[in-house]
Amino acid sequence: MNEDIETALREAAATLPSAGPLDLQRVAGEGLLDVAYATVDSPLGPLVVAATPRGLVRLAYTGSRDEGEVVEDLAGKLSPRILEAPERLDDVRRELDEYFEGRRADFDVPIDWSLTRGFTGKVLRQTARIGYGKTSTYAEVAGRAGSPRAVRAAGNALGSNPIPVVVPCHRVLRTGGALGGYTGGVERKEFLLRLEGVLA
Amino acid sequence: MKLPPFQALLDEHSTDLYRYCVATAGWGEADDCFQETWIAALRAYPKLRRADNLRAWLFRIAQNKAIDLHRSRGRRPVTVEAVAEMAPAEPGAEGTVLDGQPELWAALRDLPPKQRTAVFCRTVLGMPYDELAELLESSEDAARHNVFEGLKKLREEWTA
Repeated sequence: MNEDIETALREAAATLPSAGPLDLQRVAGEGLLDVAYATVDSPLGPLVVAATPRGLVRLAYTGSRDEGEVVEDLAGKLSPRILEAPERLDDVRRELDEYFEGRRADFDVPIDWSLTRGFTGKVLRQTARIGYGKTSTYAEVAGRAGSPRAVRAAGNALGSNPIPVVVPCHRVLRTGGALGGYTGGVERKEFLLRLEGVLA
Repeated sequence: MKLPPFQALLDEHSTDLYRYCVATAGWGEADDCFQETWIAALRAYPKLRRADNLRAWLFRIAQNKAIDLHRSRGRRPVTVEAVAEMAPAEPGAEGTVLDGQPELWAALRDLPPKQRTAVFCRTVLGMPYDELAELLESSEDAARHNVFEGLKKLREEWTA
């Protein structure tokens, strides 16, 4: 008898419809969406992009890391209140699409620098000023960040850029013109420099 | 304290939580119960001290929301017919009743709140008694008792 009612409950529950979506607009409106993220397709593979109410905070190449790892990392570093909310990243997606199609030189989306600090932050802010199709060197960026001799540290800072492409660390090369390294692998750096007409 | 990304909770528990809301709060209140639960959970999440029993925590919030919604509607009696009417007709579903057994859920909703939750979480979700005890903020014995009493009453209703 007990079996019957339990079976009836289980079977009836299985026929209940699944949930509608969480009301993300309300969540954001009530200040409860600390980090919104989405996946954006690009010629360099899928990108995970994440924004806080202050601006774009992260852009990650996928491949070596998957989306889950990026999201978990952000939950730990920024806030566990992180939700997939693609519409919150519509502007970012549009600007990236335009950039990759060669129709956009500068990004207008606001940047949230929360994931950078100290010298790294200074180096990356200087890097953000290098224009489309222009290049600089590790030594120059180190100098502009206030420590001309900290060339290696500048390289490390660029390597830890939380927002590649938008903060264009691909425009920083070795003195003498060698490409140097890149967070997403040097072939991605080559692709971006070719897109911008720096490399033939 | 390392809390998982909230999205992981949403992915893992949305379906069960929505079913819980339909079953214990009723069709008319299910969406409100669902949204209010997640909003309250989001509000409290960063201050959580433990991450080892998030499901019990989440369903405790849902239980409270279901009770609140029930109260705010002035405890009007819900008839079997009204429950059946509240079930939205799905286009193309060829006359199938979406929630399977409206009378069964109506009978479940007649149980005291703790028994309602206990029966659903134990029977439908297969929740272990220690987790259920945490959800109900009771002892494991009390959790067992709530499941037992709830099922007993339901069986009487169901076979009557």
